[in-house]
Amino acid sequence: MASEIKQGTLELVNHLPILQVIIPMLIAPILVVLNNKTLSWLLSFVGTLASLFISILLIQAVSDGSILTYYLGGWVPPIGIEYRIDAANAILLFLISIISAIVLIFSYSSLHAEIPEEKHTLFYACFLLCLTGLLGVVATADIFNVFVFLEISSLSTYVLVAQGSYLDRRALSASFNYLIMGTIGATFFVIGIGYIYMATGSLNMMDIAERVSQLGDNRTIQAGFAFIVVGMGLKLAMVPLHVWLPNAYTFAPTVVTCFLAATATKVALYVLIRFVFSVFNYEENFVSELFFLLLMPLAVIAMIAASVIAIFKQNLKKLLAYSSLAQIGYMLLGLSLMSQKGLSSSLVHMVNHGFTKAALFMSLGAFMFNTKNVYIKSLRGLGKSMPFTSGAFVIGGLSLIGVPGTAGFISKWLLLEAALETGYWLLAILIIVSSLFAVIYIWKIIEVLYFAESTETYSEVSVLTLMPIWILAFFCIFLGINTGLTVDVANMATEILFK
Amino acid sequence: MKHHLILKVITKFMVGVIVLFGLYVQFHGDYSPGGGFQAGVIIAAAFILYGIVMGLENVQKVMPIWFAQKAAAVGVLVYALTGVFSIIVGFEFLNYHAISPEHPKHGQHYGIILVELGVGITVTFVMIAIYYGFAGRTPRLDDKEW
Repeated sequence: MASEIKQGTLELVNHLPILQVIIPMLIAPILVVLNNKTLSWLLSFVGTLASLFISILLIQAVSDGSILTYYLGGWVPPIGIEYRIDAANAILLFLISIISAIVLIFSYSSLHAEIPEEKHTLFYACFLLCLTGLLGVVATADIFNVFVFLEISSLSTYVLVAQGSYLDRRALSASFNYLIMGTIGATFFVIGIGYIYMATGSLNMMDIAERVSQLGDNRTIQAGFAFIVVGMGLKLAMVPLHVWLPNAYTFAPTVVTCFLAATATKVALYVLIRFVFSVFNYEENFVSELFFLLLMPLAVIAMIAASVIAIFKQNLKKLLAYSSLAQIGYMLLGLSLMSQKGLSSSLVHMVNHGFTKAALFMSLGAFMFNTKNVYIKSLRGLGKSMPFTSGAFVIGGLSLIGVPGTAGFISKWLLLEAALETGYWLLAILIIVSSLFAVIYIWKIIEVLYFAESTETYSEVSVLTLMPIWILAFFCIFLGINTGLTVDVANMATEILFK
Repeated sequence: MKHHLILKVITKFMVGVIVLFGLYVQFHGDYSPGGGFQAGVIIAAAFILYGIVMGLENVQKVMPIWFAQKAAAVGVLVYALTGVFSIIVGFEFLNYHAISPEHPKHGQHYGIILVELGVGITVTFVMIAIYYGFAGRTPRLDDKEW
């Protein structure tokens, strides 16, 4: 039963898969004990930077196709919990940790506008726990561990969303709504895990995959798969299960909205991808039929309907939230094509959209410093008085539309290619139609920013606030020009997943 | 002390017994049914009982809110630092062999006790904090405050 690994010989390098999860986890309780405002920002920032640094090391280590494993407590899987880093999760670990580092820079100058000072320590502790949860979900190869980390991140997310109540009390009902829906999702997910455990007697992904392939046509496994798809559908805001998302994004503090919009739904989608490819057999009829008959139409509905709704929204945070639903539609569509190119486009879009949406939400947050609300009519003429914030917003908007030269173009192009490759030319047309809707709602904002006369004059926000916004805007351009980080790693990831 | 005299006397007597039983469950968790979670709930039940019978102010004199909050975090730290200790010594995270490399079985034993202690501390104070959260709610809002 005991460990087979040589005792006491591990060096720090061997611990990388777990370290990026436990550093934020360790700092969160320390913050609560110390209870010091400035120190808590500093410590969370340092911890997040450490996670970011580790995730960069990990992405370098796995970019040649190798896989890092780590046995928790020295217990060899399938008995013990295994952490398993390959290209697919390394890219997401990178996305999560870099977004949280950038968001923390923003929070230094923005948080006291939204949350009373005495709550800051607990806010950062919650934020770090949320980060721990998201990183843990992505790093682990044990399906029950996925559930546990998913709950850590979700529970802290509910608290974080509710923090918006100091500005607008509707944050409380939004958070409660999210809590109910998220808990139902988690319940479905854990029932699915229970069915899988019942049929296979294992919780380790690799071990289950082996045993599932021997079981053949098994009703229990299929029921478990259905439960997991519905549970994750709730968490990733797949279209009929999305009702929690617009309000949660609208009423949460800006920092939280940026972080969630860029990471949380993507992590849920990653879990779905991981289950389809690494736990179940994607060639199995019940998997591919479900994706073709159910998820593909739903993804298309999300793409079109959510974009149309976004056009008519006056509250810009809500507008971007609906546009997020449409973007989740793109990612689901890429996945439901069930081809290497489709999956790779889906992974690339996760990263690109993460940066794009974070840039957009963050510049909205900067507008909010001055205007105090994000209704479209309050932004009149801000392009003149806040040129830098507006500039970053325009770059993010272009990337959201998918203009060549920006990150959004790369992933939409890959998705189009994947759709045409599989012969669904109708899908390709629908993708373009949906992008045209994006042009409409982004243009609506740009028009107000630059071509409307301002009624009041505002001053530009501080450099410290502009810095994170422009880092994100830079990534929107950079990832559109240099695709080495995203496309190459995603291709490597798809090869591993399709093996 | 006229009101509920019997309840108050019995509570004063029971609180000590409940905490003692909680500690028993805590430290025999590795031999018999029980462990950190169950022990934490039992110990918290003693405080909650005291709060219900004697009033919230009285129990908060013994166990202030800030203490419950910080102690809950300390419990998590005990758990996490046990794991970090194994990393520093050169084992996997939470590998209890690290605590006593010459006698791995003893190491496993001590490790479980430490981790369960962390769980027990956190569960105790989180339960108390949840009770405070519900019991200490401000009165219902007036219509005009909405």
